[in-house]
Amino acid sequence: MNTRKGGFASLIGLLGAHLGLAAASLFALFPVMWVVAMALDKGSEAHPTSLRLWPAQPSLDAFRQVLAHPTEIEGIRFADLALNSLLLAGGTAVACIALGACAAYAFSRFNFPGRRAGLVGFMVLQLFPPVASMAPLFVLLSSLHLRTSLVGLALAYASGTLPFAIWNLKGTFDTVPRELEEAAVMDGCGPFRTFLQVVLPLAAPGLAVTTLFGFMAGWTEIVLAWTFLEDPRTFTLSMALYNMVGQYGTTRPWSEFAALSLLLSLPVVVTMLLLQRFIVSGLTAGSVKG
Amino acid sequence: MKTRRASLLPMAFIGPAALVMAAVTLYPILYGIGMAFTDFSVRNLRHQDPHFVGLANFWAILGGSDALGISFPRILGFNLLWTVVNLAFHVSLGVGLAMLLDRPGLRGSRLYRAALILPWAVPTYVTSLTWRNMFDAQSGAVNLLLASWGIQGPDWFAHFGTAFAAVLTTNIWLGFPFMMMVTSAGLKAIPRETQEAAALDGASAWQRFRHVTLPQLRPTLVPAILMGFIWTFNQFNVLYFVGKGEPLGQTEILVTQAYRFVDPLGLYGTASAFALIIFVILLGFTLLQLRLTRAVEER
Repeated sequence: MNTRKGGFASLIGLLGAHLGLAAASLFALFPVMWVVAMALDKGSEAHPTSLRLWPAQPSLDAFRQVLAHPTEIEGIRFADLALNSLLLAGGTAVACIALGACAAYAFSRFNFPGRRAGLVGFMVLQLFPPVASMAPLFVLLSSLHLRTSLVGLALAYASGTLPFAIWNLKGTFDTVPRELEEAAVMDGCGPFRTFLQVVLPLAAPGLAVTTLFGFMAGWTEIVLAWTFLEDPRTFTLSMALYNMVGQYGTTRPWSEFAALSLLLSLPVVVTMLLLQRFIVSGLTAGSVKG
Repeated sequence: MKTRRASLLPMAFIGPAALVMAAVTLYPILYGIGMAFTDFSVRNLRHQDPHFVGLANFWAILGGSDALGISFPRILGFNLLWTVVNLAFHVSLGVGLAMLLDRPGLRGSRLYRAALILPWAVPTYVTSLTWRNMFDAQSGAVNLLLASWGIQGPDWFAHFGTAFAAVLTTNIWLGFPFMMMVTSAGLKAIPRETQEAAALDGASAWQRFRHVTLPQLRPTLVPAILMGFIWTFNQFNVLYFVGKGEPLGQTEILVTQAYRFVDPLGLYGTASAFALIIFVILLGFTLLQLRLTRAVEER
């Protein structure tokens, strides 16, 4: 069916597609390659003087340095920072999923007084910029003597992530067919067992995505941590990274900044790529439903 | 008995979350709304009660007095310019690349796709710090790349134009993959036959895209664009860590400016008032968008 003219045009089109995609891929990969090359380069210079997208002398020195001395502060080990980050991120994720899943299920399935108001409330809450609760949380947590502790910070993170978690999970539960629960109830299953053993497994992708969002929020958060925390023993990995750049870190070579960036990003990047399909469909489905 | 049980069960599910949210989300926001009408600042943290100042904070922010040294209309204007230009790039690049990837008979599309979604997976905070270094005048990858072509790169954050280009590049890098992924998912749902039928009728590639594909993509794209609008409007990390407001506060957006009142200025009352103004603006946009999308759907 293809005429010769059509074949030529489609060849040109295919070539153009490759050109466009290759150019965009270079743009996407350029910073990543730069950071990886810096992190793996043995170079002795503090800041790069020429552009390298491939390490000249590959070595793991920068990673060793970062693991041995993540910050300039004496007595703070990499493991302490990582543990604080993990506790914050894990705590936020658990709060999101445990509280969020129950509340979202109620909003998805039951009719109760205040349901509509609650749903509208979540929408409105998400329109408050994070900075709106920052000043009051600073004041309130200060007066409770919780501001400089990891517990206080975890509360602040939960404050920001819970509305989104509930909203997102409600969208997931809405897609789980009701017939299965009705069948379970007919078989004599109580409401809580139905929820735990029938509904939750079917909502696994949405639960995974919400857990990831809660974890990410705690793992890479910097502004609240930087503003609230004072005791170096409570500092996090992302604070150590901020410590290495700009006005704070003129003494650290960029190779170490690059190495810590990779250590901080790698777990997130891998999980995001593994869950990408669920994340994109979940986000758009949740917002269409309304 | 039955009705009572029916109303107690939802409460058992909602109760814990409702209590926590009332304490950590709702109460701080209500407290913040109250603070917006006071002169709460660092010195009030210990014991002094702040004074009620009425609308003075709002008046100072919106330009009634010069006390804060900012121009609200200018910041809002830049915030809108920032959002619209970014979304234009995100959507055109995202849709364009998704269309290219969707081309039948394209080899290596999985490889391209893997490279193109990588920026989306990197945490925005790390992306921002990295791009700030990329635009460093002496050691940044961008100027070193330009130097290897014999071009002397600029001091990116010394002038508004180049600083805007730098923050824009960063945000385009981290934002286009999402639009591409959303479009790809939308394209899968469109039957290829409609395209082929249009081609048989003699429609050009552009006509097929404009009149066949794009209308069918609308239900997927519209919610993604609305979400992207709010995300970009409130894109704190890029403007705070890459732009840093340089030069002279000219790349400050509303949320970064509001944060400056928390830290380092410690003007918590002013910050709360500022946040409340941002909320009202976003609420306005959202209501407008809801009305617009409803109008589109009804047509």
